[in-house]
Amino acid sequence: MTLELKNVTKSVDGAVHIHETNLTLEEGTFNVLLGTTLSGKTTLMQLMAGLDKPSTGEIWFNGKNVTGVSVQKRNVSMVYQQFINYPHFTVYENIASPLRVAGADAKTIDARVQSVAELLRLKPMLGRKPAELSGGQQQRTAMARALVKDSDMILLDEPLANLDYKLREEMRDELPRLFADRHCTVIYATTEPTEALLFGGHTATLHEGRVTQFGPTGEIYRKPSDLISAQVFSDPPLNTATVMKRGNEVMLGPNISWYANDAARDLPDGDYLLGIRAHHITPFQQTPDAVAIEGHVLVAELSGSESVLHVDLNGTTWISQSHGVHPFEVGSTARLYVDVARGFLFDRANRLVGGLA
Amino acid sequence: MRKRSIVPIVYILFLMLPIYWLVTMSFKTTNEILGGFTPWPQSFTLDNYRKIFNDPTWYMGYVASIEYVAINTVLSVAVALPAAYAFSRYRFLGDKHMFFWLLTNRMAPAAVFALPFYQLYSAVGLFDTPWAVALSHTLFNIPLAVWILEGFMSGVPKELDETAYVDGYSFPRFFIKIFIPTIAAGIGVACFFCFMFSWVEMLLAKTLTAVAAKPIAALMTKTASTSGYELGLLAAAGTLTLIPGAVVIYFVRNYIAKGFALGRV
Repeated sequence: MTLELKNVTKSVDGAVHIHETNLTLEEGTFNVLLGTTLSGKTTLMQLMAGLDKPSTGEIWFNGKNVTGVSVQKRNVSMVYQQFINYPHFTVYENIASPLRVAGADAKTIDARVQSVAELLRLKPMLGRKPAELSGGQQQRTAMARALVKDSDMILLDEPLANLDYKLREEMRDELPRLFADRHCTVIYATTEPTEALLFGGHTATLHEGRVTQFGPTGEIYRKPSDLISAQVFSDPPLNTATVMKRGNEVMLGPNISWYANDAARDLPDGDYLLGIRAHHITPFQQTPDAVAIEGHVLVAELSGSESVLHVDLNGTTWISQSHGVHPFEVGSTARLYVDVARGFLFDRANRLVGGLA
Repeated sequence: MRKRSIVPIVYILFLMLPIYWLVTMSFKTTNEILGGFTPWPQSFTLDNYRKIFNDPTWYMGYVASIEYVAINTVLSVAVALPAAYAFSRYRFLGDKHMFFWLLTNRMAPAAVFALPFYQLYSAVGLFDTPWAVALSHTLFNIPLAVWILEGFMSGVPKELDETAYVDGYSFPRFFIKIFIPTIAAGIGVACFFCFMFSWVEMLLAKTLTAVAAKPIAALMTKTASTSGYELGLLAAAGTLTLIPGAVVIYFVRNYIAKGFALGRV
């Protein structure tokens, strides 16, 4: 069930919500839409589902143009961030409703509902109303309703965002299992880079209504095509600083410089933007090539076995994230080691020109 | 604890006093009522009620009232449901102004409309029918119902609509099977408010009817002038008039506060 978006745009009252987008999602793949809030994830999903029509462009499904086809005729499922269930139906009726509408016979309905309920551990709750369930159970009911019919495409719009930490972890583990033996295309919207990495598959990074990059998740993470894709796919935020390249040397400010690595050596001399993820900056030396910087500690957080430091160096804030407990006093001077070989180099147009990750 | 409950108890007694007086009067004879101060009936009688239930000019007043109130409630809510849905779910040119304009309809005194309605209904032959009163009351009740229902509908996330469409529901099927049951409490409250305003409104009801569809509230004032001081009878009629309201309030008691806030809580 290949889904193709061809030159799709969406504007409402003159405001562009989705810029021209071309995207091909292959059958049976797990696709993550990664972007901050208001980046257009939900709008894009509504266009994919057929809940909304694109302003221009076409949507093709399995080689057929479905741009004007209503959502009812598209055989898709959707799960939202809010726990959406029919409040006056029991859990059983909720799960059964897509089949009821489709006119399936009672025997088929019962068999399907029971098996999906089994899969999502909802069996003891089938007789209850959604309001009598916990948040996790409500969302599992919504998930069950999405899974009960043989959809060609399942759209999940931040389904775990409203769950508490523990349930979220639990359902993150469950999710891939749910789609394992189905050949539907799954589209999963999230704001969290970790979720994208966890699910693998393909990722599209979204920023202000634009798909900045699309490809296998690992590849996008390691080789973002531009600064924005790298920023979207980075949590904590990507550290950036202007560096100057002169011959074999890369300079950060007047006193800090290092030898350009293989990727950077062939670049013409000039100013570049260095982007480096927080976990490649550590308060201890990880590799001999790491470059040391010193600055004032602005924030020092210890969360369990992880330390996060915000350090100010000549007006630029560097964020470091490292394993182990590394206590620092706020206001004191910290020495950090930047693994510059792991950084990205972006040119003036913010395109990736060098760097390994 | 005991000390603190004194104030509300006194207050409630104070509020209930006129109702108590009305109910006791209905069990007294007119002579006793006029004779002097008696806190409860000295010669308990059910004659007043017997008269109302046996005299068609009396009990038909209730029938007429219930008739137009029922027509009005059904009509108002049926028309307000799709209107409220449109206001709650769609953006269209001038939607906010129109929504506010609806409410301004309630700001004109009923007396303003009495003359045009009287003339219009006489001309089209609706005068002195329950429909005349029911239709005239929609002028006030549809805006109110739209406001209340819009509040309740906006409390339902639009994702519920979308989920239903994704599940395969067509719009009419979704509206009847999913949406209406979801906002059932809101519909109950809207019905109650339509009922209440239509039930207590007297000016239009009195002006637009003569004999056949005379409502009970109008009958009560008429009797006071023609058959002298039949105070016991009037008190019994008043007591009976309170009952339908009390019954309806019982059913929507949990949602009334939300209704007074026009569903916006």
